[in-house]
Amino acid sequence: MHPIRKQRLLVVLFVVLFSSAAVGLVMYALRGNINLFYPPADVVAGKAPLEQPIRVGGMVREGSVERSDNSLAVRFEITDFQASVPVVYEGILPDLFDEGQGAVASGRLNAQGVLVASEILAKHDENYMPPEVAEALEKSGFDHKGQPR
Amino acid sequence: MIPEVGHFALIIAFCLALLLALVPTWGAWRRNVAAMSLAPGLAVGMLVFVTTSFICLAAAFLQDDFSVKVVASNSNSLLPPIYKFSALWGNHEGSLLLWALILALWTAAVALLSPQLPLLVLSRVLGVMGAIGVGFLSFSLLTSNPFERLLPGIPADGNDLNPLLQDPGLIIHPPLLYMGYVGFSVAFAFAIAALLGGRLDASWARWSRPWTNVAWAFLSLGIMLGSWWAYYELGWGGWWFWDPVENASFMPWLAGTALLHSLAVTEKRGLFKSWTVLLAIFAFSLSLLGTFLVRSGVLTSVHAFATDPARGMFILVFLALVVGGSLTLYALRAPAVSSRVSFGWISRESLLLVNNVAFLVASLTVLFGTLFPLIMDALGAGKYSVGPPYFNAVFVPLMALLMPFMGIAPFSRWKSDSAARWRSELAVPAAAALLCGVTLPLLHAPYNLWVALAVLLSAWLVLGLARDLWRKVRGASSLRQGMRRLTPSYWGMVLAHLGFAACVVGVVATSQYSIEHDLKMGPGDSEVLSGYEFRFNEVAAVRGPNYVADEARFEVWRDGKRIALLAPQKRRYLASGQVMTEAAIDAGLFRDLYVAMGEPIGDSGDWAMRLHYKPMVRWMWLGAIFMAVGGFATVFDRRYRRQRSGARAAAARGAQYAG
Repeated sequence: MHPIRKQRLLVVLFVVLFSSAAVGLVMYALRGNINLFYPPADVVAGKAPLEQPIRVGGMVREGSVERSDNSLAVRFEITDFQASVPVVYEGILPDLFDEGQGAVASGRLNAQGVLVASEILAKHDENYMPPEVAEALEKSGFDHKGQPR
Repeated sequence: MIPEVGHFALIIAFCLALLLALVPTWGAWRRNVAAMSLAPGLAVGMLVFVTTSFICLAAAFLQDDFSVKVVASNSNSLLPPIYKFSALWGNHEGSLLLWALILALWTAAVALLSPQLPLLVLSRVLGVMGAIGVGFLSFSLLTSNPFERLLPGIPADGNDLNPLLQDPGLIIHPPLLYMGYVGFSVAFAFAIAALLGGRLDASWARWSRPWTNVAWAFLSLGIMLGSWWAYYELGWGGWWFWDPVENASFMPWLAGTALLHSLAVTEKRGLFKSWTVLLAIFAFSLSLLGTFLVRSGVLTSVHAFATDPARGMFILVFLALVVGGSLTLYALRAPAVSSRVSFGWISRESLLLVNNVAFLVASLTVLFGTLFPLIMDALGAGKYSVGPPYFNAVFVPLMALLMPFMGIAPFSRWKSDSAARWRSELAVPAAAALLCGVTLPLLHAPYNLWVALAVLLSAWLVLGLARDLWRKVRGASSLRQGMRRLTPSYWGMVLAHLGFAACVVGVVATSQYSIEHDLKMGPGDSEVLSGYEFRFNEVAAVRGPNYVADEARFEVWRDGKRIALLAPQKRRYLASGQVMTEAAIDAGLFRDLYVAMGEPIGDSGDWAMRLHYKPMVRWMWLGAIFMAVGGFATVFDRRYRRQRSGARAAAARGAQYAG
């Protein structure tokens, strides 16, 4: 074979090997490291898997936030005004977390239907609503204050 | 009045960009010297008018002109003046104007600093830059006019700047990041000009190399500042989240890193030409894609401003035109410029090829992880999110695979080298690196294998560089003489590689050794982290220029000595009522101590507190600064300036290119 052709062949082989290794790595990393978003109505209807990483988003129901007096544990409900999902979390909540505001909780759903959250995301400024939450509310037919549209 | 002047100047700048895109390119096609000679003047004109426009908007912000919509929504009369100024780019419209300004700056810089460039090439390059300018200026004018007025009904005061953005880091983070992002447009323009002219050679690579290095250095600094800002401002001590918007700036950096190395091969050996062109197109496309991701509001992120489908559509069409157009041109012209030079399997070319594949694959996997949720959402397959575990699982092994090669590369020879030489020269560095990897992690208990691996790889890289440095200076009569013989390009490479090593050690050590305690604390309580005792003394109310705050006061003690006073705050901004955490950090080269306040618990004055001990976190940012300094240093190489004296000869050669 012509040396330049041979070299090109080697380059191509090398690139193919390397990229298939990378693709394998990607497939491996994707398994179990992605999580799906569910609106509260779907969770209550039993459409969300138990003990799998998921995200649930909506508004924090007014009057539902209960804080512990002697630890960082907190319990609240996320609602799309059709259904509410109870969430427990232990840790420091983001600055903009509040009752009547949008939030996304990621964690695992236990057998009692409670989301054990490992991370809570609140919106990052006054006028912004996470797109997933906006869409979940749109599906439920209520606006962010719980008024029917 | 001033905003109207600004708007008018922006329209004139758009017209100049349109002329710049059309006239010199037509001139280059028809070999019309008069048309081609207009290019530098038009480029400077564009800069003058975009700058005028920018100054007008800055004046509106500084004078609290709340009749201008962006000022009313993003500024406030209580805001300190420096933040009024930086509020200019803390919003969609203003940040686009900054984009346009920086593009005009790069264009004018190419026009003024390239006397060695043949007129034919210069006019094509500036024409491409002008076309990009047309895209962005029309985007600004048609969909996001920063000078839109609120008439009638001028608000009495503005809505305030998002408190997260009221920070010194945010004054310089966007301009530096944009310098990098937009800087890749120069590399792109050179690549397109080369495709148009059908001439891809070493001189082409020599022209575009310094520009690419500088853009890459700016991008490194910009990303570093963003990470540093997130660390101290978001209040939970993270420094990299694999957030889609971070990825948007990181992907061009990865592709740019591949481009830098590929350009080196093209310049020195005339190889990888088509590949280099493709990388230049890829790097700039990723910059545009980043702009699209950030500006179209498809993402949930700190950087996503108000959503407007028309804007997202505009950038998407622009992106499709740029990528589609340049790839079509590539398909048509690239085969004409392929090379017939060969190189040995054991050679510097092969090692640089490893670099290219590693960085390209890294940027593709990051691209995939970033776009996957968007694609799934568009297909209606559900709302997925791809988290840090994915990115870490892909990115970390890739970089670990790359580093053994990085240790050899500075030392290797072009064209053909021998494995026996590598073995004999690098045996000592290898043994020493192994020793470092085994012993250095002993300094921090408990022993951590990941840190040991990172130290081993980084030491291998550093010692390989040291070996090469010694080999280069040992022949000289004195050490000083030997050092003087080394070129700025070489020093730039050494600095950047050292920075990379520092970064790796910093990232791994801080990820593995960090200790984080979230707990309830009352005044008088204390908590010990890794030998540091945090004593919580009191909470006091304080007042800033535009906020009120609760301030927790901590003392940190170690071995009976007080080593730091920390005062984190929980602020409430007056204009918006927004609450924000201000962390307190005692920074050090080997460890940071970090305290942030959560929320009050109960009525007894207790607070949720976040205490962190973060070893070596500064190394990461220091490493990025080293990389940037290295990138800047290469520009001072004599070979980029030497041609200036021979500019006339080059211009004469340029006449030949016309044939």
